[in-house]
Amino acid sequence: MAQTSREIKRRIASITNTQQITRAMEMVAAAKLRKVQDRVASTRPYFQRLTSSLSTVLGAVEQAGEELPEIAQRRDGDRHCLLVLSSDRGLAGGYNAAITRQAEAFLQEHPETELVIVGRKARDYFRRRNRTALAEFVGFGDEPNLRQAMDIGQIILDFYEHGMFDHFTILYTQFVSTLTQRAALRPVLPIPDEITEADRAGLDPVYIFEPSTKAVLEGLIPLYVNAAVYQSLMEAKASEFSARMNAMAQATDNADELIKELTQTYNRARQAQITKEIAEIVGGADALQS
Amino acid sequence: MAVLTCEVLTPERTVVQAEVEYVLLPGVDGQFGVLANHQPLMAALDIGVVEFGPLQGKRRKLALGGGFVEMHDNKLTVMARTAELAEEIDVLRARQAKRRAEERLQARQADVDVARAQVSLQKALLRLRVANDAEK
Repeated sequence: MAQTSREIKRRIASITNTQQITRAMEMVAAAKLRKVQDRVASTRPYFQRLTSSLSTVLGAVEQAGEELPEIAQRRDGDRHCLLVLSSDRGLAGGYNAAITRQAEAFLQEHPETELVIVGRKARDYFRRRNRTALAEFVGFGDEPNLRQAMDIGQIILDFYEHGMFDHFTILYTQFVSTLTQRAALRPVLPIPDEITEADRAGLDPVYIFEPSTKAVLEGLIPLYVNAAVYQSLMEAKASEFSARMNAMAQATDNADELIKELTQTYNRARQAQITKEIAEIVGGADALQS
Repeated sequence: MAVLTCEVLTPERTVVQAEVEYVLLPGVDGQFGVLANHQPLMAALDIGVVEFGPLQGKRRKLALGGGFVEMHDNKLTVMARTAELAEEIDVLRARQAKRRAEERLQARQADVDVARAQVSLQKALLRLRVANDAEK
């Protein structure tokens, strides 16, 4: 408390400046979030239709007793590929920490894992730990596009087809609401059970497949992988903006509190100064009279 | 004339949602048409033109970058890799893409992915074709 009132005043000014920045960042994140949120919603119909078609073809193949093309078969090994979606920029609260923590847990559980990394934060994290990645992508910008998702999907599919790994999983941040985001794993390949074992009661036995079930499946799976990557990218982006918005709102509130406290201290110091001066004057006057 | 629901979806958006009489699709083994109440169908689609609209009269066109179609319950859904309606196509960009692909094919250097360049060229030509049709 041994601060002079001038020092306190300077601190208040500096915190007010910082607060203006955090408030601006909060508003920017909120605006970007709104944009991305709409696009997250518009990826859903495609993905739903795609998985339901996938389920129909798989059902038809099974019914006909045909063998699945290699890319659709289950694999027994425990070699994994993990696509880690992080952000390029920080100041987003625990957003990236949650991702890297979950990535570490995954690597512990599955030591034979190849990483594909999106975002500067995760890249730097794994570089510091001397862990090499199969591929790294940075600078995707505020609105991930389909092209980027297809580039990632292509790499994954190439390696998967060549049998470099048996499972492909995406680690991204699920957008639950503007207040809640959760780091989550999304298994993509082999095709998860909820798709292969979807309810097929309504399966029409009269489906025609052109040119064949095999060709249809081989065409569908890349679309499915790309769509899963794209959707995860969009959702991770929405979560990033939410996390940043919340972190900055918190920072703005904290600054408010600090300013309030400091103003009180400042006033108290000023009051003490005035009291001291009055006491001195009164003391001086007394001395003169006696 | 009986109609069917025609939907074209890409991962980014719903490109088309319309009631039409007829849809012409670029199958991997050649073009084929679909009318209302067609038998359930699933087909892989190549890069090519999709036409939809009335049986007689003016149809709309779009450039399809390959994908997949499902017909079920009189509802036809195209799940496209990419799809652009004729009126949306950026002719200038398509021309540039065409030139780039041709240059790469001519150069024939070791680092040129010939298959990929050919696909780019094919797509660019297709987009130009669809776009020109729209202007007529």
